[in-house]
Amino acid sequence: MDEATVREKVRQYIARELIRDESYQIDDEEGIITGGLMDSFSLAELAVYCEEEFDIYIPDPDLTVEKMNTLNQIIARIMRDIES
Amino acid sequence: MLKLSNRDSFQTLLSAVTLTSDDDQKPALIYIESGVDDVVVTRADFKQAIQNYASGLQQMGVSERDLVILAHTQNLESIYAFWGALLIGAIPSMFPTLTEKLDRDIYMNSMSELVNISDVRAILTTDDFAQELSARVNCPVYGSQTLLESVSDAYQPYIANADEVAFLQHSSGTTGLQKGVALSHRAVLNQVASYSDALQLNGSDVVVSWLPLYHDMGLIAGFLMPLIQGVPLVLMSPFDWVKSPAMLLRAISDHQGTLCWLPNFAYNHMARRIRKRDVDGISLASMRAFINCSEPVHASSHQLFHDKYSHLGLSGEQLTVSYAMAENTFAVSQTPIGTTPIIDIINRLELEQSLKAVPVSEDHEYALVKVSCGKTIPNTHIKVVDADGKTLADRQVGELLVTSDCMLTEYHKRDDLNPFDADGWYKTGDRGYLVDGEIFVIGRSKDLIINAGKNVYPQDLESVINGVDGVHPGRAVVFGVYDEKEGTELIAVVAEVDTEDEVERKSIFQNIKQAIVTQTTVTIHFVHLVGEKWLIKTSSGKIARAANRDKWLNETGR
Repeated sequence: MDEATVREKVRQYIARELIRDESYQIDDEEGIITGGLMDSFSLAELAVYCEEEFDIYIPDPDLTVEKMNTLNQIIARIMRDIES
Repeated sequence: MLKLSNRDSFQTLLSAVTLTSDDDQKPALIYIESGVDDVVVTRADFKQAIQNYASGLQQMGVSERDLVILAHTQNLESIYAFWGALLIGAIPSMFPTLTEKLDRDIYMNSMSELVNISDVRAILTTDDFAQELSARVNCPVYGSQTLLESVSDAYQPYIANADEVAFLQHSSGTTGLQKGVALSHRAVLNQVASYSDALQLNGSDVVVSWLPLYHDMGLIAGFLMPLIQGVPLVLMSPFDWVKSPAMLLRAISDHQGTLCWLPNFAYNHMARRIRKRDVDGISLASMRAFINCSEPVHASSHQLFHDKYSHLGLSGEQLTVSYAMAENTFAVSQTPIGTTPIIDIINRLELEQSLKAVPVSEDHEYALVKVSCGKTIPNTHIKVVDADGKTLADRQVGELLVTSDCMLTEYHKRDDLNPFDADGWYKTGDRGYLVDGEIFVIGRSKDLIINAGKNVYPQDLESVINGVDGVHPGRAVVFGVYDEKEGTELIAVVAEVDTEDEVERKSIFQNIKQAIVTQTTVTIHFVHLVGEKWLIKTSSGKIARAANRDKWLNETGR
């Protein structure tokens, strides 16, 4: 799966399921967690989504606000596993 | 072990089995952290550590009856400091720590206010935060390192009186609304004796908990009760559990856990947000009871959790319920261990219109499923009253009133608040009904929202939102909406704005979410921006919360 497809899938998923507003346009560098757009439970949900959708396992130490706060960070982390 | 039958053999919290037993190599607690080896603390280690803290506190000038706030990350240090304070007769109180999202200024201001209102003698916190906080509050602030450097060989023990206040449990909410529930040694021991009997607590039990220690459920059930009873406590930080919920199930499996208290949303969180491979090899067969408490219980959350993990040895009989509150130390009731809680299916329409819980069949048009919270534990009594204080019959809905031998002494430094009515009953503010002694809770008398176990006052959030640029001041309303998927109330805001411009609206949307996350401890889930005159007001000009909630539900089709 190429990066553009992954980005679009994740963008839509986050807006619909985690921000709960499908029309919301997430900017690539926007702080999704520090900006209060989604709550702290969302990181665990994102981990389950990545396992089910892309068959990748993001270990707990990577599931932090620091490492997963923006769409760019999330996509980079997912692509690292998809490409390896 | 403390039971009702030997209640007299325990005088104060310092009669705790963990401190007095000869078998001092048994684990007192096991602390689990993500990515680090488990730390096993024996009773001997525990006693030594809390004596060191007692000595350190005394060296720093903390004396008997001084209020000490522990605004610490949840860790062994905060635990030792709490018990160290008890040893010297100081009054400890656990407090939430500053999180990465919360605004530092706002946190420090609320601490400063607390220090002034409650006459705090000292604050203990993390080393890196102590200096910064110290400049902002009117009392000494110590980091753990400073405290441990003050340790000398001995401390001067304090002989407590059973009726003295042992510690405070601060309710959540803003500082203005925050109440320090003062509990005596006697009240806490009465609660532990009665509740242990209801739970059939025994020497093979192991309590597993992720709950925060500043919350009554975490403080009593997930901290003090196991240590008083000498039952091993397996504890982890709520921050670790939130992002990796499998940790709790792994801990139960690894340490043969038998008892675990959880608010309703936690069942949904663990059913929905644990990856398949994270439960490989886990067994939940050792559990005697998961105890659902602290927010309204939903049968669907139990079902979801059961369906997901029955293959790990989870059975319906393990899913029990308790009704509890800090003012009663903790538990008011408990469903019987080893039995599925009673389900009552009632007519929602009759409930709303005539305040009666009328049974109907499962497939009835207005069927509403209620889960029993069980009967009262020994020495605690409950009644349901109407607005005039008249006691109501079974199945009539009113306010729940509680009396017991484990009630709070007072709200600390709040002479303006009397927790009891003229006959000594505590008015809980919860609405519900009784059926043959089984307690069914319907909701709150006030507008309080319970989001993921946290009490949230809509007025606090509205005042933050009214300060956001672009929102008409005084034209925002906040309310809770129960979410089946999350198993808890989510928080919604409807705010009137002038602009129709999409870019400006997006910016207001972001600013509302940002303001709430930095100025409070919650996240707003739904933001609905509307034009002028959308909000419904009462004849006296106040915003009608329930009517606006209904309007929003209709408009958004939820």
